[in-house]
Amino acid sequence: MDHLTYRRPETGEDDLQKDLHTEHQILNMGPSHPATHGTVKFLIELDGETIISLDVQVGYLHRGFEKECEAGTWYQAIPYTDRLNYNSAILANIGYCLAVEKLLELDTPERCQWLRVLAGELSRLADHLTRCGATCLELQAMTPFLYGIEARELSWDLMEILCGARVTSNYVRIGGVKHGMPSSFPAICRENFEKIRKLLADFDEMVTSNRIFVDRLKGTGILSREDCLRYAVTGPLLRAAGVPLDVRKQEPYLTYDEIDFDIPIGEVGDNYDRYLVCVEEMHQSMRIVEQCLAKLEALGPGPVDVLDPRVRWPAKGRVFNQMEELIQQFKSVTEGPRVPAGEGYLAIESANGELGFYLVSDGSAVPHKVRCRPPSLINLAPLHLMVKGGLLGDLIPTFDLLNMIGGECDR
Amino acid sequence: MADPLAVLLAARGDAVLESHERLGDATAVVDPVELVAVMRFLRDSDGLDFEMLTDLTGVDYLGREPRFEVVYHLYSVKHNHRLRIVVRLPEDAPEVDSLVEVWPSADWMEREAWDMYGIRFRNHGDLRRLLLYEEFEGHPLRKDYPKERRQPLIGPRN
Repeated sequence: MDHLTYRRPETGEDDLQKDLHTEHQILNMGPSHPATHGTVKFLIELDGETIISLDVQVGYLHRGFEKECEAGTWYQAIPYTDRLNYNSAILANIGYCLAVEKLLELDTPERCQWLRVLAGELSRLADHLTRCGATCLELQAMTPFLYGIEARELSWDLMEILCGARVTSNYVRIGGVKHGMPSSFPAICRENFEKIRKLLADFDEMVTSNRIFVDRLKGTGILSREDCLRYAVTGPLLRAAGVPLDVRKQEPYLTYDEIDFDIPIGEVGDNYDRYLVCVEEMHQSMRIVEQCLAKLEALGPGPVDVLDPRVRWPAKGRVFNQMEELIQQFKSVTEGPRVPAGEGYLAIESANGELGFYLVSDGSAVPHKVRCRPPSLINLAPLHLMVKGGLLGDLIPTFDLLNMIGGECDR
Repeated sequence: MADPLAVLLAARGDAVLESHERLGDATAVVDPVELVAVMRFLRDSDGLDFEMLTDLTGVDYLGREPRFEVVYHLYSVKHNHRLRIVVRLPEDAPEVDSLVEVWPSADWMEREAWDMYGIRFRNHGDLRRLLLYEEFEGHPLRKDYPKERRQPLIGPRN
């Protein structure tokens, strides 16, 4: 051995900057994974921690919503709509009933419309609270999540007083709502809103300008305005990208044209914009509810159902004492309303975006087709664009802010 | 703001088989052969600007020929108007051209229509089932698929 040479490894600036590519790795995430909210499977191709491609596989929660609807009466579909987006069940109730009323060419009383708006906005509030709270949870922040859930409990308490149930409330009927507002409701509602506003202020203080939170959300999960439109993305995601599109403003249904509220929009369409849009929408929802309360108090108690014999259920006292009413009650329960033949599409603004119902009737008491246009599914389709080139860790908060709800996505 | 259905009838009346505005929903039944051309026209013409394919679904009219319909709901953000386009497809060959090239949102919705109704979309590129699994037999939203039908058990996939 003449001499031993030792070559020093080069550790120049260039070397430190050099990307260390690894062999691509395929990672299966889900369908049962704590971060996938319900069940969805991601097939991820990774280069180190960077996402190269993503295939989202949905359907694990498919339970044949449309097939079941085609087997029952028009009324029997309403409880199924509760179980689409279980964070904001009433909004799906409203969408379905409005679509059936469109086929029936039915106008509901003013009081019923205000009650629907009120219940719908309480749902939206609960939905956004879950979304924003859970985002913090995905970023390992447990405390803000609990603040969000506490506020959601307060809005669900209100829902319980109004509808009789907290989550799947089954409150809306074809041509009306189940019952009017209890007289104690407005005072409790205002009191709870005061508490929710305080919780939101605390939440805001903890999270909105928190360095870790901002660093994780800013610039991640971007979906541009053009891509949003090409993929038919609606709701807070589209508004975060700077498009002020909201069905409540564009095609006002119920009494939204009489209500004063604003549509928040973002700038770049990243996760942080989505979060800010949702927070502002919660404040707007509470503003809408307060206007509904004032209006309902001015209207006073009265009928909340239409008097149309096709959908009206007669009052119990008359059913027991009059033959005609008894027969009508029997027909309404066993057969349900017959809806004139035709097709109609009606869209409302749900917490996730445009929730549409396309109904086809053949003139019988059973729907021929009940199609739900699920914003959760359609907003999920461009997820691969949002996370491509990003880090694996950013997939989780991005997916959370999409607020994909398995029940609605898979139906 | 132009009435989108009138504009479509004036420019591409040859491709429209039928049209109506019942319940306020402007609807045009279009010749399946012309579908992609009509959709490109609707997306790109000034005054129409349908940037969004909001919804796509199938409908089964068992006993009628053509048996299947594919229903497209379009929306223009710019003009805030909607249009429904329908194509009718025969029972023995329910096939129509894919719109993935026109609007990528068609990708998943066409997969769902294939999954549920067995309607084939030509040139889709990735026409897998969306909600059900590949081993599923039949297409459940067809009217001749009984609601109670059981599916064979499949083993684990390796």
